[in-house]
Amino acid sequence: MHGIPRKAPTQEERDGSSIKAAKLRDLQSQLLHFHYNKIYTKEAIEISAQLLESNPEHYTGWNYRKLAVQHLLDRHQENEVDSELPQSVLDEELRLVENALKRNFKAYGAWHHRKWVLSKGHSSPDRELRLLGKLQKLDSRNFHAWNYRRFITELKKIPDEDELQYTTDMIYDNFSNYSAWHNRSMLLSKLLEKRAKGYDKTENVLSEEFEFVRNALFTDPDDQSGWFYHLWLLGQTLKREPLVISSSPPHGSNLSLSIDNPDCQPSFSKIYHQSKERTFPLILYFSEAVVGVSSSTVTVEFDYDGGDGLIWHPLSANKLGFSQAWLAYIKYPHDSLESCHVKVTVAQFPGIISSSGMPCSQSCFISFTASVCSNNQEHSKVQTTHKISWNEENFKAHSTHPEDANLLASLCKLNITKENMPTTPMLCIETISNEIACSRELLSSSNCKIGKLILARLLVAHNTLMTYGCMDSITEAHYEEILALYHDLMKMDHAHIGYYEDEYSLVVMKQLTSNTESLLKLCGNYEELSLPSISSYTCVRLKGLSLSRVSCMEHLLWVQMLDLSHNKLRSIEGLEALQLLSCLKLSKNRFSSFTALEPLKMLKSLQVLDVSYNEIGAHSIDTRRYMCSSPLNSTTGSEWQLKRFAEEDADMKHFWDAYLLFKDLNLVQLDIVGNAVVDERLKAFLVKLMSALKWFDGESCH
Amino acid sequence: MGELVVEKHIKYIISIEKKKDDFASVVMEHLRLNGAYWGLTTLDVLGKLDAVDQDEVVPWIMQCQHESGGFGGNIGHDPHLLYTLSAIQVLALFDKTDVLDIEKVANYIASLQNEDGSFSGDIWGEIDTRFSYIAICSLALLQRLDKINVEKAVEYIVSCKNLDGGFGCTPGAESHAGQIFCCVGALAITGSLDHVDKDLLGWWLCERQVKSGGLNGRPEKLPDVCYSWWVLSSLIMIDRVHWIDKKKLVNFILDCQDKENGGISDRPDDAVDVFHTYFGVAGLSLLEYPGLKAIDPAYALPVDVVNKIFLTK
Repeated sequence: MHGIPRKAPTQEERDGSSIKAAKLRDLQSQLLHFHYNKIYTKEAIEISAQLLESNPEHYTGWNYRKLAVQHLLDRHQENEVDSELPQSVLDEELRLVENALKRNFKAYGAWHHRKWVLSKGHSSPDRELRLLGKLQKLDSRNFHAWNYRRFITELKKIPDEDELQYTTDMIYDNFSNYSAWHNRSMLLSKLLEKRAKGYDKTENVLSEEFEFVRNALFTDPDDQSGWFYHLWLLGQTLKREPLVISSSPPHGSNLSLSIDNPDCQPSFSKIYHQSKERTFPLILYFSEAVVGVSSSTVTVEFDYDGGDGLIWHPLSANKLGFSQAWLAYIKYPHDSLESCHVKVTVAQFPGIISSSGMPCSQSCFISFTASVCSNNQEHSKVQTTHKISWNEENFKAHSTHPEDANLLASLCKLNITKENMPTTPMLCIETISNEIACSRELLSSSNCKIGKLILARLLVAHNTLMTYGCMDSITEAHYEEILALYHDLMKMDHAHIGYYEDEYSLVVMKQLTSNTESLLKLCGNYEELSLPSISSYTCVRLKGLSLSRVSCMEHLLWVQMLDLSHNKLRSIEGLEALQLLSCLKLSKNRFSSFTALEPLKMLKSLQVLDVSYNEIGAHSIDTRRYMCSSPLNSTTGSEWQLKRFAEEDADMKHFWDAYLLFKDLNLVQLDIVGNAVVDERLKAFLVKLMSALKWFDGESCH
Repeated sequence: MGELVVEKHIKYIISIEKKKDDFASVVMEHLRLNGAYWGLTTLDVLGKLDAVDQDEVVPWIMQCQHESGGFGGNIGHDPHLLYTLSAIQVLALFDKTDVLDIEKVANYIASLQNEDGSFSGDIWGEIDTRFSYIAICSLALLQRLDKINVEKAVEYIVSCKNLDGGFGCTPGAESHAGQIFCCVGALAITGSLDHVDKDLLGWWLCERQVKSGGLNGRPEKLPDVCYSWWVLSSLIMIDRVHWIDKKKLVNFILDCQDKENGGISDRPDDAVDVFHTYFGVAGLSLLEYPGLKAIDPAYALPVDVVNKIFLTK
């Protein structure tokens, strides 16, 4: 019951209600009787009309009507004398639907019955439009009426331009009509897509629409009707070709390779990579998620036998195949002192497409050299793995090692050679700049939430457009202003603080990483001082920054050790791209389930993981259980062979989420203390599951 | 405000059974099977399913089954997907799905899939993404998803996605929180949530929370307790539930209780009904209100019931 006041009924009301109830009950049981016995007499049909007029939700009643109509029409065809004309039979149905809708505007059964009558070839679309005109005036937000309108306009082949005008009229009549804004977005995107006459210059259309929606936003900034339309327009304005924005190894780098050899210390004039399989990962990172990266769209040329027909894998859990980061493994050159050249040309041939359908048409290339460490030994020593302590004194900031800083600086620069640099149309930048000016004007007269949010989004959009195609950081990037806007929003709209924190985090990550200078402050070299035999790691520390999500992985592809502790992280989506990552610290964050750590499954070189002091197991509702592969959705397939485990292993069922996460990780060290889920049973289960594990919560496993 | 008056709500739900003669009950007679699902799931979440004799419920449900395999909303009413799901859910609550001729029920559901992947609600051909959800949820609970073309079903749902990130009942139809639940739920069950733009939809959904703390179902509409379920479960499935103020929502739901006679209404001080009582209690469960059984956001059944089906069968 909607909107009916709560009060004890008076005796009079109670009597009235039971009389009404008895009457309705009588109609309902008569209807079921007629329906069951297929009785379609005039009297029976009249009873069904009475029922549907007082209870339009009675779906079996509508079904009965359809059978009755069919019966009458069939009889007419058989030319029986007493048969009524189809016209009048169907008219009666339309009249009944109208009456039923007067009683209940939202009765699904009544609306469907009308469509069914129309499918019998009756009623004229004009008559239907007139009825809709009446109904949509009474309730301009009724979604049944809008749906029916779309049905009729399609039937009558009314041009989209005319319907767009109808939404303009509705909005002028009352801009607080989300239904009209919605229909406008659907019609306009169709017109833009087919480049209809007058809609072939997207930039101009968008600029006019911005002005149109701005009028609504300025009239009452608290009314949400235009909010989502504005965001859609902004998204359309930002639609660009996807580009490669970074790679690992980076363009112009020298790669020093070795086979499992602890004596071969990394030299920091070069990037160092070690692998028993004699392959190293090549990662391409795009400006947005794409599909179609393959050996036919990406050419790799070697001056040695590097193997052909590379197999590219998307580095993302996205099941549709879209990914920002793409990985292929490249064979080591033969052992020699000479460095070999590798040249990667992306998008020489078409086929790479973004999720918004934009093709990557501008080819670009990266090149680097690779050489194998000279004192390589075929039979390497058995490497004992020592515990990583994450101690502060083991971390050397780049400032203390200027020679390392040079290398890091070159890593941080996203230097890619593009042949024909695509540019952003001036009109787009003008539109955005104009919108920025207008939102500032709005904010000067009204301290409204949507004004601040729109301004923050526009400034981010402006940055995106200004840096599109060129990787240099821009001088006027507005970061402080954007962050201040989100700070204000957190205070003035506390209910949505989580949303603003997430948006804020994205901007902070961008601010910290997009500029070489600020990124270098977070970089350094980690070496376990007490155990000098362990290799050192290039380390980035992003701790205590109140980050609630991560982004900007394009700037961090080379990181081997990452400290994200003491933040507010709930998810690490995007981290899959860091294929060189060996050690990851996620302690003291807000991860609430093992399923939230799913991206780790793709980090094949990860050995050390610290997820201590999070909220794993502390919540009864798992917000990630449907975002990852799990036995609860149909995606695990053979991964979850329940039948095999059903009897044998109760732990497997109990810890299915931990099992699915850890079974494919090659962890040597794991810290999970300080999570509600941890108990002796889980510990025993994990130690058994991960055979390579040496350190568990600081203690030796064996 | 205050606390959830658990005992009163239990009493209220049990009492509905006995009030078959007032107008409100008669009007709802054709969807009594939905009512049974709302009432019994509420009881289970409140930890009191044993207050009902399943030997009375189960045979009645089976009497609602039509020879086609589908279920009507009550004895003698036509079969429809809307009630077929309720029947399966209630039987799952009692761990009694084995009384079903699963093959027959699954065939009925599968027979309603159309060429384009969509589902009709019954033989009369009304198409709606609500029916896509129902078909997918039902078949998943019966572990018979192989009966339909899942890929096509997903494709149809995706064709109902709007530019605000939400979903409507047919392609082009306006986003609505109830419809979004159906589409997101169906995509969740089929492991297809990658089709959802989570940030875009998440912002639309989190802006459903109004000043009172309650949630509405579309922009510029009044809040209503039922959206505590539709919006909240969708936000959970796409991992954006931290974008709303949970405490304020808990208080809004508690404010809608009839603290004297039990039951929950759409808004404070309105008349209560079993539908809103279920959505209020289920919403509180999703908000991790103490003392309630956890409910699964996709299958709309207690987590222990769902786990039992998917982790052990």
